Amino acid sequence: MSSSTASRQASQPRTTFSPGVKAGSSLRRRRDNLNGWAFAAPFLVFFLVFLIWPILYGFYMSLTGKSLTGANDSLIGFSNYAEAFADSGMWRSLGNTLYFTVISTVPLVLVALVMAALLNIGLPAQWLWRLSYFAPFLLASTVVSLFFVWMYNPQLGLINDFLSKFGIPKVGWLNDPNVAMWSIVIATLWWTVGFNFLLYLAAMQNIPAQHYEAASLDGAGAWRQFFSITLPQLTPTTVMIVLLQILASLKVFDQIYQMTAGGPGGSTRPVVQYIFETGFTGYRLGYSAAISYIFFGLIVLVSVLQFVITRRRSA
Amino acid sequence: MAISTLTRSTPATGSSQVVRQPRKKWTVGKIAAVAVAAFIAVLWLIPFAWATVTAFKSEADASASKISWFPPSGFTFDAFINVFQAGNIPLWTWNSLYTSAAITAITLVISALMAYALSRIEFKGKKVLMAVIIAAIIVPPPVLMIPLFYQMLALKMIDTSWAIILPQVIHPAMVFVLKKFFDQIPHELEEAAVMDGASRLRIFMQIILPLSRPILAAVAIFVFIGAWNNFLWPFISTNDDSLLTLPVGLQTIKSAYGVQYAQNMASALLAALPLIVVFLFFQRQIIKGVATTGLAGT
Repeated sequence: MSSSTASRQASQPRTTFSPGVKAGSSLRRRRDNLNGWAFAAPFLVFFLVFLIWPILYGFYMSLTGKSLTGANDSLIGFSNYAEAFADSGMWRSLGNTLYFTVISTVPLVLVALVMAALLNIGLPAQWLWRLSYFAPFLLASTVVSLFFVWMYNPQLGLINDFLSKFGIPKVGWLNDPNVAMWSIVIATLWWTVGFNFLLYLAAMQNIPAQHYEAASLDGAGAWRQFFSITLPQLTPTTVMIVLLQILASLKVFDQIYQMTAGGPGGSTRPVVQYIFETGFTGYRLGYSAAISYIFFGLIVLVSVLQFVITRRRSA
Repeated sequence: MAISTLTRSTPATGSSQVVRQPRKKWTVGKIAAVAVAAFIAVLWLIPFAWATVTAFKSEADASASKISWFPPSGFTFDAFINVFQAGNIPLWTWNSLYTSAAITAITLVISALMAYALSRIEFKGKKVLMAVIIAAIIVPPPVLMIPLFYQMLALKMIDTSWAIILPQVIHPAMVFVLKKFFDQIPHELEEAAVMDGASRLRIFMQIILPLSRPILAAVAIFVFIGAWNNFLWPFISTNDDSLLTLPVGLQTIKSAYGVQYAQNMASALLAALPLIVVFLFFQRQIIKGVATTGLAGT
């Protein structure tokens, strides 16, 4: 809609934006200053109160011994940070988060790519595939957790029952510390892969058809076309999806908290849960704020990396 | 990216349509592709199917050690009736609905105004402001939970709907999605209005907003789904049973109902239903909306 209006408008002679520019320019500038901040004001109020202030205040908290019981509000410098760096619980949860990020990002990107590539071949009933791959993304984490806890049930669960038909012994999907994180990755894959799938599909459909036409004239088959046209054309999209997925996976909390509560034996507890428990179960707000900031540092690091990579690509 | 997705149906970029058109020939490769796609689709539907079958079983059948897709004592609505009699699901659904609607409405209004200022008005401090908002995109919500909770305690908002709503209305990434769209709207459209002495607000309301419906819808969809499904912050900010949103409420039944599998699945399905129904009706818009806003980050 807007592009058709654009072409119509462009053919008309361009009028100056404001009448009497010279005479009223300082007046106009003042009015623009006023207007600009007036339009920005509503967003800024929320932004300052519910984002900037908590960030700054959180940092201040991390330098105090503040607790929910009201004890010790005084500044204690960076000793919370010193304690955190020596805290094996924090390192273990940070390690769990990183482990989850690595083993979830790979399938979440690859399976999404496969799904999109299959649909892009031009299968019939496009809406049906989209619906079935994307629908889980619309579920709340708690719904996903209820579904999977039930299917993972060692005695009554669907999955162990299916495996038993092939003589495979019962697996403690959420009770076995060696398996639990993988079970959570499978549930997460089912839940959110549809999002990456849609991003890939949109990107594939933006690849100009001429590329494929030229390739098929040269006798390139479907596989050849996928690897020599589709994949290279998708590189910027892939970079973005991988980075966004890493950032999303680093924040993991909901489904783990709901399915295993971090167990068994802390083997799946992510760092966000450690922050949550330190603050709300352990009442140590100052200390948990410090861990929040260590976690924040990690996110900033990945984000800066993302910024540098995307900058270099577009430059 | 955002714009190209939205305008894909215009003649100028219509050539990419060719890719989407199914080639009519049924080759071996294509049949194989359908088979793989169907296999994945079946895998993806199993959790829904199993939850549905379980929800329509009696509790005895649901917890029977022999697993059945067709229960020996037949299907029954008992689990749904019990869940409704407990009365929580309708209340939680309502709570989710009005908090998510409020979050979406406030987000749209304040983000669109902000985006308009960044796109169209030259004002002092704009560059700094823009840099700060861009930087804010990377702030992960879990980092804010501790100070925000403390702040809400101080504001005496804990255990009110405001505690759930207000911190969720800031979406810096969406401001930039909107700004990018506004940037593409030709300035000429506004110039005539400016010559007539129209105020900025009138130009914004009568020219910019009507042209921006697709992007506003996309942002609304993205924000609404996020708010509807958000767990961590509503979980922290409310203890009051009458304020629980669906995702948080469901977390409480897991412990309350214990081993009543049929009821658990009935509750989960009832909670999933609203968005699935909306999706069935607005599939095209939702898919387009997610593809448009998705790469902007969350």
